[in-house]
Amino acid sequence: MSVTVAKPGEVRHNYLNAGDTVLSWLLTTDHKRIAILYLVSVSFFFLVGGLLAGLIRLELLTPQGDLMTSENYNRVFTMHGVVMIFLFLIPVIPAVLGNFLVPLMVGARDLAFPRLNLASWYLYMAGGLIATWAMVTGGVDTGWTFYPPYSSSYSTSQVTLTIIGAFIIGFSSIATGINFIVTIHKMRAPGLTWFRLPLFIWAHYATSVIIVLGTPVVAITLLLVVAERVFRLGIFDPALGGDPILFQHLFWFYSHPAVYIMVLPAMGVISEVVSCFSRKRVFGYHFVAFSSVAIAVIGFLVWGHHMFTTGQSVYAGMVFSLLSFLVAVPSAVKVFNWTATMYKGTIDLRAPLLYVMGFIGLFVIGGLTGLFLAALATDVHLQDTYFVVAHFHYIMVGGTILGYMAGLHFWWPKITGRMYPEGIAKLTALVIFAGFNLTFLPQFVLGFLGMPRRYHWYPEEWQMLHVMSTAGAFLLGIGFILPVFYLLWSLRTGALAGPNPWGATGLEWKVDSPPITHNFEQTPIVTEEPYAYDNHHEPEEVFSGTGASTTKR
Amino acid sequence: MVQEQAPQNVSLQFEDVHQQNESYIVGMWTFLVTEIMFFGAVFATYLVYRVANHTAFWEAHLRLDIPLGFINTCVLLTSSLTMALTVHYAQRQMPKQQLLWLSVTMALAMAFLVVKGFEYHHKYVEGLIPGPNFRFEPAEYFRPAQLFFSLYFAMTGLHALHVLIGVLVMAVMAVLIAIRHSSVQDFIPVELVGLYWHFVDIVWIFLFPLLYLIPR
Repeated sequence: MSVTVAKPGEVRHNYLNAGDTVLSWLLTTDHKRIAILYLVSVSFFFLVGGLLAGLIRLELLTPQGDLMTSENYNRVFTMHGVVMIFLFLIPVIPAVLGNFLVPLMVGARDLAFPRLNLASWYLYMAGGLIATWAMVTGGVDTGWTFYPPYSSSYSTSQVTLTIIGAFIIGFSSIATGINFIVTIHKMRAPGLTWFRLPLFIWAHYATSVIIVLGTPVVAITLLLVVAERVFRLGIFDPALGGDPILFQHLFWFYSHPAVYIMVLPAMGVISEVVSCFSRKRVFGYHFVAFSSVAIAVIGFLVWGHHMFTTGQSVYAGMVFSLLSFLVAVPSAVKVFNWTATMYKGTIDLRAPLLYVMGFIGLFVIGGLTGLFLAALATDVHLQDTYFVVAHFHYIMVGGTILGYMAGLHFWWPKITGRMYPEGIAKLTALVIFAGFNLTFLPQFVLGFLGMPRRYHWYPEEWQMLHVMSTAGAFLLGIGFILPVFYLLWSLRTGALAGPNPWGATGLEWKVDSPPITHNFEQTPIVTEEPYAYDNHHEPEEVFSGTGASTTKR
Repeated sequence: MVQEQAPQNVSLQFEDVHQQNESYIVGMWTFLVTEIMFFGAVFATYLVYRVANHTAFWEAHLRLDIPLGFINTCVLLTSSLTMALTVHYAQRQMPKQQLLWLSVTMALAMAFLVVKGFEYHHKYVEGLIPGPNFRFEPAEYFRPAQLFFSLYFAMTGLHALHVLIGVLVMAVMAVLIAIRHSSVQDFIPVELVGLYWHFVDIVWIFLFPLLYLIPR
């Protein structure tokens, strides 16, 4: 597959050269530029969270606590959790790739509410900086879950400010969710019916529904914790008449679906990439589309599986257990359908497809180990051990981050107009896959042996497994640093991409790379099914626009 | 009814005014869904505790002022009517009547806040603000009663904040209508404010019986 090279000497107008002052970026309402703002900021917070993970793994090299005190260890893993979950995993794919691609994929000139979109970035930055500042200056030692009464009555750390930061970030996420829902409902191009939408859009629609229904609940719950902490209102503290288990119910009502906020967009990316590099339609399009919705719906009914050991009623536990098993069904539908898409496809083993294959493998392990935790009896043994830690990292790192990397590479030519270097990108994908498994596979064993999470002292005989895990973490770190260098390098030296270097279907590939500020010269009209790879065999310039002029209305 | 020649103020991302209006309406409803979940979580918290401490909550609710609560219910319901009239005249492009009824709605909203202020003041005087100065008889219900008043202030406070935001938004809207600003020549912005206002009213329709009218 060769790379289409644009005519030399021709500088086309696009969203990147539409203005080069700092203010033109900070006050932009262009969804593509906001996506770039998010790309830079989530990368920064990923670095922060990653360094903290490095500290955790360094501490765990030895059975004694010799790098930090127990208090500091509590602060480090809490900050790692808060930064990674609220500031990286939840926004990463929707706010970067979703922001960039949702309007392009539905054939719109922008999201429905561009100013709200910009506001969401400012809220994200404000909340992110408040939370980070609080955690750096005073630290938070409650764990990212903020369980009262510890968080409300006992902890002496900067809980209030951190929670206020998380609260503000919640609104940024809600703004993005509302924008996506309205855009997908009302701004689809003529002919783009629901079942002609790319699966990336279906996934983002389901994600937005979860954001809109879940985030307000955690927002008000965290606010009540602050009220209890500041005004001694006594809503969750048993000493003041409250019930701490109620907090856990409300918290997990959001925070379990939040896992699907993280992983559903990644699944959307996988569907796009797997179909393009297999040159086939996605097998069972309708099933994949509806499985996203099913995950969103069932995901709201399983939160109690985080609380099997809190003394909730056994009958509630059984229902939650059963419903948690049910989530495996739509998840498995997706995995089987992606695999079936690759079966007898014309496989082009590019870096994004390597990430996709990594995703499928790791997501299967993460999903199947989830069943151990959804089963009432085994969960009692595994609750709060490294088994849980390994399980959710398989979903969040193995799922979300690999999906993000696949998407970032796949749409890099569209975002920047340049190709990334293929060889080193493939190598990096392999490094990440190897590093990831070396880090987290031993943790399943550790957890099964009884290593509790959030502890940094452990018996000598587990040291070997911890050393493996730490070694893996540094390999993983290298794997995440490499793309920073080669992707930045590609901005100047990468081959020019042309509108459609992969020969992919989808409206985003029918406009220039990088696209013009308002995406389309004319509103596109959609006449075919998605993923019609039977009709386009070779990469080609399907439609490259009519020239350098930007259509003004 | 939309007038045929309604002035069109279409943002660049929309195809036409029709798509823009529909997007605004869907956006507002989606926002209201988030608000329902927001209040829903506190309502659920309250109901869980009320079921667990029924007698104590019943004792505590006797300290609320039902007549004032009833007056406020009537005030807010009337304001929903006047807001509906505002939207009605906005659709008919009659700015004077629109301004009149919007002002009445604002006045009613502020009346609500004043009454609420008196209620809060009474609670303060009677030592019913949760915290070190909280007093409650009989003593066996002290803790659950404090829980009741914690939730009472959290729920009504959150609602009062929404009323206040509504007043501010209506004030901006009134100024825009008064100066015949182009952004409010279409009726959709007024309709959006109306949707929000009806939502705020409905929240109170749930709050009043939940807090003031606990059955024995």
